[in-house]
Amino acid sequence: MLKGRFVDNLAKVYGLYTGGFIIFIGLMAILEQAGASSDAIGILFVIFTIAIYATIGWLSRTMQVSAYYVAGRQVPALYNGMATAADWMSGASFVAMAGGIYFGGYGYLAFIVGWTGGYVLVNSLLAPYLRKFGCYTVPDFIGTRYGGNAARFFAVVVLVVASFTYVTAQINATGTIAARALQVPFELGVWFGLLGILLCSMLGGMRAVTWTQVAQYIVLIVAYLVPVFWMSTSQGFGIFPQLSYGGAVDRITELEAINQVGILTPTESFAGLGALTVPHAAAPETAIGSWKFVTLAFVMMAGTASLPHILMRYFTTPSVRDARRSVVWSLFFIFLLYFTAPALATFTKLQIMDPNLATGIIGKAIADVQALEWIQKWSNVGFLAIADSNGDGLLQINEFFMRGDIVVLATPEIAGLPYVISGLVAAGGMAAAMSTADGLLLAIANALSHDLYYKIIDPQADTRTRLIVARILLVIIGAGGALVASLKLTGILGAVAWAFSFACSGLFFPLVLGIWWKRANRQGAIAGMVCGFLAGTIYLYLIRFAATPMEPWLGIDHLRFGMVGMIVSLIAMVVVTLATEEPSAEIQAMVDEVRVPTGETILKEEA
Amino acid sequence: MPQDRQNHWQRTRSLTLITLVVWFFFAFFVHWFGAELNSVSFIGFPLGFYLAAQGSPLAFVLILLFSTRRQEAIDAECGFDQEEDA
Repeated sequence: MLKGRFVDNLAKVYGLYTGGFIIFIGLMAILEQAGASSDAIGILFVIFTIAIYATIGWLSRTMQVSAYYVAGRQVPALYNGMATAADWMSGASFVAMAGGIYFGGYGYLAFIVGWTGGYVLVNSLLAPYLRKFGCYTVPDFIGTRYGGNAARFFAVVVLVVASFTYVTAQINATGTIAARALQVPFELGVWFGLLGILLCSMLGGMRAVTWTQVAQYIVLIVAYLVPVFWMSTSQGFGIFPQLSYGGAVDRITELEAINQVGILTPTESFAGLGALTVPHAAAPETAIGSWKFVTLAFVMMAGTASLPHILMRYFTTPSVRDARRSVVWSLFFIFLLYFTAPALATFTKLQIMDPNLATGIIGKAIADVQALEWIQKWSNVGFLAIADSNGDGLLQINEFFMRGDIVVLATPEIAGLPYVISGLVAAGGMAAAMSTADGLLLAIANALSHDLYYKIIDPQADTRTRLIVARILLVIIGAGGALVASLKLTGILGAVAWAFSFACSGLFFPLVLGIWWKRANRQGAIAGMVCGFLAGTIYLYLIRFAATPMEPWLGIDHLRFGMVGMIVSLIAMVVVTLATEEPSAEIQAMVDEVRVPTGETILKEEA
Repeated sequence: MPQDRQNHWQRTRSLTLITLVVWFFFAFFVHWFGAELNSVSFIGFPLGFYLAAQGSPLAFVLILLFSTRRQEAIDAECGFDQEEDA
């Protein structure tokens, strides 16, 4: 049917795929009209999309080193941009971010600024140079640039800790969605989610993950945008909500004054649920408030530029120029979702608060609210609660409790959209969490198989053995992640923020200075990785887990502990580098060579 | 065209510096004054809120578009042309 190589037919293949997906949505809408139950539609959405990803995973199976680790370095910039966007946008972006803005208001927008601004750092400081290097993994760069197994080993350690923290949160998210859509217990949902994730990555490594991530991006972006455009149009805020929801922000500010948001505080509490107490648009007025905003944004940016599952996506492009272009595409595709998230949070809040809308519940009689279908459904699973604290029979703002993570998933029901949209959103959330989990698992397994096993333990290992080791590690780490996730130790968002802080504490400066400071040497890099990572981890322990938790310095709490790690890392790296002798002439020539966009890569390609 | 490594790296460095200065402005500087900017209304939004929610992300996309174009021009002018459809 298709002439030539797969990569020459991408537009045709993904065009057909998108068309097929839209037809599937239409079919589900018809089924719903014909009276199919909402549960059946939810199950069909999740099963159908996972079956497609698994098919792509199967078709992309490979036994070649270069295809397994870097997709044969032939992914065009545009498609690598989509794959990176899916790799990047996790359960935290898709499921939790709008919920965070819903509850946290302005302060939470620091995540939006941080998670987009980080790509400016990736593009200007790292991606094109790492592509020129020609490495397979991030520790591969550290190990070759600084030389020696110790540097390589510490990079592997930081990578594994950061990525594993992150991946448990993603497996948690797939489990949550699978449990809700398939009506199975969460613990079982987690293992079902893991099965889907492994089907995508095990046989084809990076090649399979790349092509499933492109497919997953298309599903997740459609699923995120459709409800927002729908709500905006039906509430009269125009067809391009990102430019025109200002009226909704004003109306919320008005309603906040009437409903005394921030003045009425909850008198009861429900585990994991919160009531609305923070004004939507108000910015901090104190210097410490501004400081907290910019430090959170900075840690997220530096973390973006240090997370190996993102950096390794840029190893797959055909050239340095394509790596650079691909970062621009990545940011564009991510931007589409991120600049919609605040609009989604605003519309959902308005739906709930505005007494003039049919969906408004604040100020209504509690008995009426409790009769609503979506209220019942979500309270049954413990994600929502209503309490008449003052006993007046009306629902006040401090009597309505919700879990932040459900805002996006519940929005179609809150807004009274057809169930087919809820099914679509569930499939989108699943795609977001699965694609990120795949990227992370692969980053960990590749670092362990390539850097630890092949480069450090057994450099004589043949190709077959290496690729089998890589796959066994993938399954073991995935199972470990699922096991930790099923213990429900952390929420989705907390774990994700920690992963960013771990990554930037240990890797940000050794990576950036490896390219931008020729004088940086092995001793300095090791000091930077070890001191930064330890300082960040110990600080997190002191403020969060110690018997008597320490008061955080300058408002640097557990979400931004990477600030402490990075400062220590920078000082340690510079001081130790200057105190020891400069790197050899070959290493310095290598750095010069990395800065040139054309010519042979530093590391030679394997078949 | 002869390759001019020194000139290329010098210009790449200045471009990176300019990019990061503009990035710093939209990443941190404007948000430091969020409360003050919120008293200004911009296309119906409080400006501070809009900058954090939509303005800065859009600015980052534009910064990358501009700097990637400039970088490709610098590469070409210094003799490091990369063939199309590689």
